[in-house]
Amino acid sequence: MAKVDLAARIPNNVDLSSDRRLQRALEDWQPRFFDWWMEMGPEGFQADQVYLRTAIDVGRDGWAHFDHVRMPEYRWGIFLAPAEEGRVIPCGDHFGQPAWQKVPGEYRNMLRRIIVTQADTEPASVEQQRLLGQTAPSLYDLRNLFQVNVEEGRHLWAMVYLLHTYFGRDGREEAEDLLRRRSGNPDSPRILGTFNEPVEDWLSFFMFTTFTDRDGKFQLLALAESGFDPLSRTTRFMLTEEAHHMFVGETGVGRVIERTADLMNELKTEDPDAIRAHGGIDLPTIQRYLNRWFSSSINLFGGEQSSNAAHYFAAGLKGRYKELERFEDHVALDAAYELPTVVGDEVRREQIPLRNAMNEILRDDYVGDCEFVVDRWNRTLEKAGRPERLTLPHRRFNRDMGIYSGRPFDPEGRPIAPEVWEAQRDRWLPTRADVDFVRSLMQPELRVGRIAGWIAPPRKGINGNDFAWEYVRFDKSSAGVKLGAEPSRTG
Amino acid sequence: MSATATSPSLAPIRFETDPGRYKHWVFEVAGPIARLGMCVQEGEGLRDGYQLKLNSYDLGVDIELADAIRRLRFEHPGVRVLVLDSRIPRVFCAGANIHMLGSSSHAFKVNFCKFTNETRLYLEDMARETGIHTLAALGGTCAGGGYELALACDEILLQDDGNTAVSLPEVPLLGVLPGTGGLTRLVDKRKVRRDLADVFSTVAEGVKGRRAQEWNLVDQVIPSSRFQQAVEERARAFAEVTGVRGRDAQDAPVVLEGLGGAYDDGGVRHRFVTLEVDAPARTATLVVRGPQGPPPPDPAAARAGAQDLWLLRAARELDDVLLDLRFNRPEIGTVLLRTEGDAALVGAHDRFLEAHQEDDWFVFEVAMAWKRVLKRLDLTARSMFALIEPGSCFAGTLFELALAADRSYMLDDPERPCTVALAGLNRGTYPMSNGLSRLQTRFLGDPERLEAALGLSGPIAPAEALEAGLVTLAPDDIDWEDEVRLAIEERASLSPDALTGMEANLRFAGPETLETKIFGRLSAWQNWIFQRPNAVGEQGALTLYGRPERPVFDWRRT
Repeated sequence: MAKVDLAARIPNNVDLSSDRRLQRALEDWQPRFFDWWMEMGPEGFQADQVYLRTAIDVGRDGWAHFDHVRMPEYRWGIFLAPAEEGRVIPCGDHFGQPAWQKVPGEYRNMLRRIIVTQADTEPASVEQQRLLGQTAPSLYDLRNLFQVNVEEGRHLWAMVYLLHTYFGRDGREEAEDLLRRRSGNPDSPRILGTFNEPVEDWLSFFMFTTFTDRDGKFQLLALAESGFDPLSRTTRFMLTEEAHHMFVGETGVGRVIERTADLMNELKTEDPDAIRAHGGIDLPTIQRYLNRWFSSSINLFGGEQSSNAAHYFAAGLKGRYKELERFEDHVALDAAYELPTVVGDEVRREQIPLRNAMNEILRDDYVGDCEFVVDRWNRTLEKAGRPERLTLPHRRFNRDMGIYSGRPFDPEGRPIAPEVWEAQRDRWLPTRADVDFVRSLMQPELRVGRIAGWIAPPRKGINGNDFAWEYVRFDKSSAGVKLGAEPSRTG
Repeated sequence: MSATATSPSLAPIRFETDPGRYKHWVFEVAGPIARLGMCVQEGEGLRDGYQLKLNSYDLGVDIELADAIRRLRFEHPGVRVLVLDSRIPRVFCAGANIHMLGSSSHAFKVNFCKFTNETRLYLEDMARETGIHTLAALGGTCAGGGYELALACDEILLQDDGNTAVSLPEVPLLGVLPGTGGLTRLVDKRKVRRDLADVFSTVAEGVKGRRAQEWNLVDQVIPSSRFQQAVEERARAFAEVTGVRGRDAQDAPVVLEGLGGAYDDGGVRHRFVTLEVDAPARTATLVVRGPQGPPPPDPAAARAGAQDLWLLRAARELDDVLLDLRFNRPEIGTVLLRTEGDAALVGAHDRFLEAHQEDDWFVFEVAMAWKRVLKRLDLTARSMFALIEPGSCFAGTLFELALAADRSYMLDDPERPCTVALAGLNRGTYPMSNGLSRLQTRFLGDPERLEAALGLSGPIAPAEALEAGLVTLAPDDIDWEDEVRLAIEERASLSPDALTGMEANLRFAGPETLETKIFGRLSAWQNWIFQRPNAVGEQGALTLYGRPERPVFDWRRT
């Protein structure tokens, strides 16, 4: 691709047309990205026209530009939130000094590791979700899935921009490796465990976008407080897009709950089998999915007491959520954090240095945010006149890393005996039968205005359009195959 | 810094163990393939106050490793390949435990590093001397001392999952050196280019995949899904190799039984070797007693009676005493080396060793055990004076004790004659770290004197020994007592640090080898860094590791 073309095709506010280093890097990387997208992106829909939002500018009108486009022709752009005049390093040993506009040499490796770890999750989630289009419950949902996918792709671009611009040859190699690793592949897995777990059905997808993408949101919020200004600006713009992913997840699960509540009322039953027999997903199964994805996502914050977290904060590379607004002491060297530790069956409170607790502090904010989400889901049940409620499991439940791993806790966070865990496990976490059942419901419904029987339609459509609207225009050669003919409802 | 790891009130460290008591390794032998699987028990550190997470090790872990290597040589003549791997998922070995180092005294750290370095060298000695191929199978994180352990193997296989790396993060992360031979082996053994080694040693996260192979940090990278199989195939490739010096699976193993020594404040008492401590004088007397009877008639009989074979038992006991001295008796600065027994019987045993060491694997192993323990003596940072008196048996192998000593005193009293003797073994069976025999090193500038000394047959009288340069001084009976007493008292009054440095410089004349570089260059620099505020000061990198503060360095280069 010619250089002029490259700058014109890639919407950006980083002056790509005069940045030779970035042009050279992208000339090599962009074709590889397209190869990766065609191989690992959404399977079977690359020729179709999808009603997508494209960021073409960071201004108010620019980042939400809607049009029907083929996904491979999506204009993945490179945007940084506008620079703040006089921004200072918001935390750590360098607090108050001017924010870095270039990578400080002493923190180069640490920063690269932070960026690569964040970047790796973006293509990973696209890979995890690549088959979901084939079982979409509606055109609206199909479109939302693809919107999430292309934006995860753009977030990859955003991170690769940093690697290309600030990390020289190492950065270019890391950028290539981001396209080489594959979710769930034992020979080149994605870096973080949760991103190697398959997202096999739409309930998992909605849980993933609620809980796992919310980890992403909080990581971005912490990186938005970085003293390395380009990272802060990049992540601040990514957060505008991340909000939509939360929306897709939260309303998705909410609509499943709504449909289930309606079925329970219609059938006048609480019996999970009866709900299942009528094509709904029973509340206990929804609770088990919730338990699984919350407990898996919460691992992503890292160890409760972490020297890496302390280093990142001390160096000013990663702050706390709303560092300047919510906290007064930005050096955080003398304070302590009270960490509950479990010795035997007793929970003790241990004082650990605040800096070493930064992962846990971010996890606190995340858990609080998740509690609001579950509250909102419960309001759906309340509105439907249902007495049942969903609950967020305790953070100690079902952990496979950190200080709470290695011994079982119940969903309330109480230590339990291994025999109790074994006996209760199938009540708390999805069983193979649950997963098989949910998958059995996953039949595509891709006709305009129609929706699958296990989920309620949304209150409204996208960008002022109705739910019953052609959010995806199928390429003529494949349309007949995709439109399902299973029993379904109109929205 | 506290001295929790070496406080005198703590239980003394014992060095004898056996596979039935291992806490941190799974030792498996199946036909020609042996496996040592690292599975360090977090809560089973030698001392309290640290958790051995992620297969990080302390001295207790290394004592077991050293024991396994020794037993592989003696007890498993059928083994042709050793696979070193990990039984903990996603991690091979994270190196020496930082919190253990942080809570240890300087003296302990130095001796810990010395012991681990000796053990890595024993791994290499084993491969070279027995033909057992050593294979490090890195199925997960391999950092610092973990990678240094892999470097001591003949071959390194690395799992390639896009993430698993080998690394030496000591400089960027801890402000110290990879102190178990890592830097030396990178450039000297694996011939990694010095500039690439420089890059590698300053990137905390290390190097993975193809680049690790291109830079020769590992021999082969293998995709995760084929890794176990590839390790298995590689191990099998060596399974059919013929044993060196008749090492054969059909042989009955020679089991190393416990020595059962008695230890207390007064010293150590084994059957042939004792250490008697004179605490007020900060001096100890190390006595090696000679054999009580003739050597066995043939190697088979030697093997059958291995537990009581003087040649083997005395070497093992001496080794145990030296380690006890190093770790449990830090204030003993001067060691007087004595022997007791019949020099003719020592000579007979030496002739047995010399006659069979080339064609019998077991006898060879006995000679190599002596080689190792004599090196350990060379590397022990205490002043050593050999006292050669009537009733002693400084002959052949035991004369190496006198040669290893910093000085030797021989009583010249016609009323009470006393002699020393050389044997063929003194020519080169027991090389020092510099690759030369102790006699060669002694007569570095005068090869003719070396040959003249080796030509002395039979017992050598004091005047003759002095003339030949085999002893330092030969006082007569009138001078002896005062001469020896004054020398010992004078020695005990000198700065222990200066003596350690001086002795280490004088003992190893001659060429540099990988070993001398490791002990003389790497360890010496490490010991200096371990004392510097940039590592162990209040704001030093090692002190602050894992703490919320970042280190503050004194930027002046020395």
